[in-house]
Amino acid sequence: MADTLTRAGEPGGPSTRAAPTRASAPPPEEKIAVLRWLRDNLFSSPFNTLVTILIVAGLVKVVPGLFAWGIQNAVWYTKDHEVCRAASGACWAVIGEKHRPMLFGLYPYAEHWRLVVALVLYLGAFSITLMRRFWNPVFLIALWVVVGTAVGILLWGGVFGLTFVPSSQWGGLPLTMVLFTGTVVLGMPVAVLLALGRRSHLPLVKTVCVTFIETLRGVPLITILFVAVNVFPLFLPSGMEINTLLRIIVGMAIFFACYQAEVIRGGLQAIPRGQYEAAESLGLTYWQMTRRIVLPQALRICLPAMVNHIIAAIKNTSFVLIIGLFDILTATTNVLEDPLWRRFFVEAYLFVALVYFVFCYALSKYSQRLEQWLSAGRQY
Amino acid sequence: MQEAARSPEQAGRAERGETIIRLDGVNKWYGEFQALRDINLEIRRGERVVVCGPSGSGKSTMIRCINRLESHQRGRIIVDGIELKDNLKNIEAVRREVGMVFQSFNLFPHMRVIDNLTLAPMLVRRMPKREAEEIAMRYLERVRIAEQAYKYPGQLSGGQQQRVAIARSLCMQPRIMLFDEPTSALDPEMIKEVLDVMVELANEGMTMVVVTHEMGFAKTVADTMVFMDQAEIVEVAPPDTFFTKPKSERTQLFLSQILTH
Repeated sequence: MADTLTRAGEPGGPSTRAAPTRASAPPPEEKIAVLRWLRDNLFSSPFNTLVTILIVAGLVKVVPGLFAWGIQNAVWYTKDHEVCRAASGACWAVIGEKHRPMLFGLYPYAEHWRLVVALVLYLGAFSITLMRRFWNPVFLIALWVVVGTAVGILLWGGVFGLTFVPSSQWGGLPLTMVLFTGTVVLGMPVAVLLALGRRSHLPLVKTVCVTFIETLRGVPLITILFVAVNVFPLFLPSGMEINTLLRIIVGMAIFFACYQAEVIRGGLQAIPRGQYEAAESLGLTYWQMTRRIVLPQALRICLPAMVNHIIAAIKNTSFVLIIGLFDILTATTNVLEDPLWRRFFVEAYLFVALVYFVFCYALSKYSQRLEQWLSAGRQY
Repeated sequence: MQEAARSPEQAGRAERGETIIRLDGVNKWYGEFQALRDINLEIRRGERVVVCGPSGSGKSTMIRCINRLESHQRGRIIVDGIELKDNLKNIEAVRREVGMVFQSFNLFPHMRVIDNLTLAPMLVRRMPKREAEEIAMRYLERVRIAEQAYKYPGQLSGGQQQRVAIARSLCMQPRIMLFDEPTSALDPEMIKEVLDVMVELANEGMTMVVVTHEMGFAKTVADTMVFMDQAEIVEVAPPDTFFTKPKSERTQLFLSQILTH
């Protein structure tokens, strides 16, 4: 088809002569393509014209002010808050001045290099995991065991001459990273099992899964975290203690899993019965069928919705503020206690928003790419 | 190779010509609706059985009971010496020996054709990948579709997909093949290519149970015709008797309806 079209464009090309009706001449309005685009997209109807005019008017009103504040009159770098105070624009200098406590929280200042190394390792491993050419389960598990151990050693310390830093002092971006990874890594397998269990033919399994999902889904995350932190320890035998951070991660993972399980269930329901029957008639066991036939298809179908929840999980990490841990958002709030810089909170929060946005947007873009990969060469 | 995977007593159970499938007073209900009523049927090794009858008569249900895609509530079904009950081990053992071809092909759309074929031999028969691929290519050649091995099912025509589905079942080297209306979802010009493959398979001595409306195929290959109506087996006869002088009135009526148009 494409072949026919390109050849048809050539003057005197064979297909032009052979099939004159199919030869498409270049569109005559080529030169006024811009006008045409404007007409088609912005002024196609009176209503669209009105909307376009309103939006343009709004932009004209807002953009120059934003530009003056954010760029023209902004202070980009200074150690002196008085300079910022004198300027009429944004004080981006607050980020330069305070980025370390914002990004790393209460972690001992002299040890911040450990967090930088940990972040680099983590982001490296994360990027490698997302790349298709490295999709080899053995390699990826090995990679994450190594990186996980290294990150753990860097964060905790206590070996190799590194000072010990208790998890209650972790903070900022590395804490966000630990919470997010823990939530998703623990939560995804549980979500898959809950989704499968909910569709099980075994009444007991089904009841347990339904009850679990419905109960926990009906409760706010903050309640679950409160229970994990304050109530759960009451049930432990005296003297036994489980790390608060771990309890928080488990709480978040369970909450994440309940929502994700419902998303995955939607994907499972989209798999035609014939797929199960074909797998069964070939003699596959339930788990072989689930792993090789059902889940690959179901997870692909619900990928966009799953990514949606994963992005929500990144942002939910900020709930740790209720137990006094300083993730990047809480750490920033804490930094703004400094009376000299307090008035520049808008700039500081915009920076935090940008950090969240970069991660979330990257994930969202990646999931679109992943969908393309997974559907390549296939028509359903 | 196939024999080696089996215990000797199992291998000796069904010699050529002996009963390989036996249905004994099988009854099945969907809620209040009776789908199968007192089904008695014996199928010998190497026998080609064609099951026909009006839609809703229980043909598909019956052959789906043979590999336990449906469960029966009363009676006994014995396949290759193994009785089908709730016992999961027995069910899996039967399914390893019984291949099934569906009306809607049911290929796995997320796998290439070759992977569709090698999956079960590798997982269920624990066959090494190379050997499984060799066997897969051999069967793909037999159904004349080897050049499509590295495509995805969605890129093939219906007839090609159904031939892949047949090859996929054959890769498990089953002793029995069940066909559940294998040509009903196909465009007319593709029916022949699938039937040709099935005729070849029949000529090689495969035990086959085929639910179909293709009476031409039935006349060519069937040893036995089974006519079902309203959840019962009405008539069992060799094809020449079946088509020329059917005993039952219901059979006569059915044949007059399908053979006239």
